[in-house]
Amino acid sequence: MALDTDHAAVADAPPGVSLTELRDALQRGLPASYILTEAEQLRPYECDGLSAYRQIPRAVVLPDSIEQIQHVLRVCHKLRVPVVARGAGTSLSGGSLPHAEGVLLSLSKFNKIIAVDPENRCARVQPGVRNLAISEAVAPYGLYYAPDPSSQIACSIGGNVAENAGGVHCLKYGLTVHNIISVDMLTMEGEQLTLGSGGLDGPGYDLLALLNGSEGMLGVIVDITVKLLPKPVVAQVVMAAFDRVDQGGQAVADIIASGIIPGGLEMMDNGIIRAAEDFVHAGYPVEAEAILLCELDGTAAEVAEQVAQVRTVLEQAGATEIRTSRDDQERALFWAGRKAAFPAVGRISPDYYCMDGTIPRRELGKVLNQIQELSRQYGLGVVNVFHAGDGNLHPLIMYDANQPGQLEQAEALGGAILELCIQVGGTITGEHGVGVEKINQMCVQFNTPELEQFHALKAAFDEYGLLNPGKAIPTLARCAEFGAMHVHGGQLPFPELERF
Amino acid sequence: MSLDSQALALAEQVSAAAATNTPVAIQGSGSKAFYGRHTGDALQALDMTAYQGIVSYEPTELVVTAAAGTPLEILDASLAEGGQYLGFEPPRFGPGATVGGTVACGLAGPSRPYTGSVRDFILGVKMINGKGEILRFGGQVIKNVAGYDISRLMAGSLGTLGIILEISLRLLPRPAVHRTLVHNAAETTAIERIAQWARYPYPLSGAVCDGERLYIRLSGSASGVAAAADAIGGDTLDATEAQTFWEDLREQRLEFFAGDAPLWRLSLPPATAPLNLPGEWLLDWGGAQRWLRSTADPYTIFDAAKAAGGHASVFRGGDRSSTVFQPLDPPLLALHQRLKSGFDPAGIFNPGRFYPDW
Repeated sequence: MALDTDHAAVADAPPGVSLTELRDALQRGLPASYILTEAEQLRPYECDGLSAYRQIPRAVVLPDSIEQIQHVLRVCHKLRVPVVARGAGTSLSGGSLPHAEGVLLSLSKFNKIIAVDPENRCARVQPGVRNLAISEAVAPYGLYYAPDPSSQIACSIGGNVAENAGGVHCLKYGLTVHNIISVDMLTMEGEQLTLGSGGLDGPGYDLLALLNGSEGMLGVIVDITVKLLPKPVVAQVVMAAFDRVDQGGQAVADIIASGIIPGGLEMMDNGIIRAAEDFVHAGYPVEAEAILLCELDGTAAEVAEQVAQVRTVLEQAGATEIRTSRDDQERALFWAGRKAAFPAVGRISPDYYCMDGTIPRRELGKVLNQIQELSRQYGLGVVNVFHAGDGNLHPLIMYDANQPGQLEQAEALGGAILELCIQVGGTITGEHGVGVEKINQMCVQFNTPELEQFHALKAAFDEYGLLNPGKAIPTLARCAEFGAMHVHGGQLPFPELERF
Repeated sequence: MSLDSQALALAEQVSAAAATNTPVAIQGSGSKAFYGRHTGDALQALDMTAYQGIVSYEPTELVVTAAAGTPLEILDASLAEGGQYLGFEPPRFGPGATVGGTVACGLAGPSRPYTGSVRDFILGVKMINGKGEILRFGGQVIKNVAGYDISRLMAGSLGTLGIILEISLRLLPRPAVHRTLVHNAAETTAIERIAQWARYPYPLSGAVCDGERLYIRLSGSASGVAAAADAIGGDTLDATEAQTFWEDLREQRLEFFAGDAPLWRLSLPPATAPLNLPGEWLLDWGGAQRWLRSTADPYTIFDAAKAAGGHASVFRGGDRSSTVFQPLDPPLLALHQRLKSGFDPAGIFNPGRFYPDW
């Protein structure tokens, strides 16, 4: 995919800082072995979880103390060199894609759990700690960290904060922003700030909420205190099959209307059901047009009551089959197909492109039908997994990168799906972030004064635009260009002109 | 006049005020006029009470969008019909309290530690910035990470960043059952017990200690509440009495809140041992929000709160022309000022209401 035209746009960039000059300055504050500048050393950092975008940075630094990060930031601030922070590199939107002129700041050495405080139900961790490692470390106290993105085995908590990561339990337990107590961040000048406090709020503006999901554009996260929750005593999954997708959608609305907030509420369409069943043999009914997985958790009495309620609702909604997990083993089996949905699609298609739009739930039937229509129009298959409880849709566009033009076609189809999400009152990204991937659609979701407000906010944190430039918020020039190129109703303006 | 034409008129008023550097005071019902700093300056009032109405409410989406001037009573009544409520249990502090003022003040009631704060429930906002531009951020969906989270930033910003026009809030289903249990316990014991209970998935929705008694509220399904009540024990408070107690706590009508000494709010790690500060205490939010009536030197209290890992504010009374919110360290203060300028370049929105510096 083509890189952004404004990707290298850094305000007031001084002319040509040489690599030698940059390396010498960095070496004054961190060991030479922590600075990588050779092509073969840089290659592993060229992309994150969205491998369609690749870029070799000028240098990679691997600091192991906050003082060293401060040094890197001060050097880069002085020399006006862009900085891209990176945790585990699992971003699905190119959030940690390196900058050609910049330093890639790896936080992989910040992988320690500093303290667990069971009395206050929190843990202080370094940004490079893996999401799942937190829950594992606090399990002896009967506690866990709730947000569970599918990549939780690998993704780091610093990246979770930067992207405001979600997961399958968001409806009941919230996103990352709801589960972070405080964060220490460094400004581009290297100054350390504490956002939030040890209490349930912090003094001044709620900058902690603002930092969540800011995609590494406002500061470098160096220390995080996460909220811990008591582990539910019991969890059970009810699985229901439907002949029609809209019946499944209606069942979701009915469950919510009955006053139950399930721990997880997921829907899969027929394409995914078949792919997942072939892969993990979870016992899914492969003839179903949709299946719904509804997890209920809490104390034993609560769960028993809610399972009975949900079964009644599902029956009334026209489910053709309803099964309830009998034990944790069966519950894991019901989930296995959902959790393996992406690799399962990987088995039936050489490549796939995962979208992340969110829509009001009532629009589900309409949106899925229109996605099928777009799928025919663009000649690429699409299957859907859906965080049904919170309206977050993950259409997976199947393509073959070795077939000329298919990647571009997949990208165009993805863009059309995102614009459809905006049309029905939704958003282009529910939990993966804008990154470089959805930056053009930001021009559709926000108007010029809104984008200008974003830029003004950014400037308050990072005057020269050095932190993760080219991500999350498009420049007005870029939107003007995109607007001119914008495909409306499948019709390019001036179709006789060559495009590049 | 429709909301749209009212919004345009408000935006024009803001543009005119910005052009002439005329500071404005954004006003709802005035129920929280006591809160924040009082500069004594006569400001041009910008009345929001006419900008009211529920813009959209669909119970199965768990989302409501309301105009800022909508009284909470009206909003609550509509949500009750849908079997839902505002999970942060906002205090009113007076008749006619509006949803806009509630969000701008960022105040939440007794259930906050268990259900979430005002900002936790915010999904989107329509606002006017200091240039008189009408802007929308966030939306009406639960998951949304497109752009910086400006809508949540509005919570608790005391109207200093912009005028909230409309707000979209996530909702919760009304719990089927509430039950309040009372234990005889002084502060230290109460803090210990709360910490113990909070490690089990009990449906807690309130935990408060007045120094002699510990009140625990449970809210949820009948079976869940009954099971938790068996485990926690204590005397069950009569349902009507209990409802009055939690409302009086939320509205600061309990006897503790009467009197002349300045009322301080300390936000602390919940398990913090009782602080050695002179005055009367009331522990709310399971220990995370502590009310203190004290005439001690403000900086003694600010310093003690900070040393304990939290922060403090003078909630009511005291010298309101002075610093009433926890002082910010210089780099953080400078960032606040730059951010304020980024939203309100002419500095016209509620100057001095939050901090003396802007």
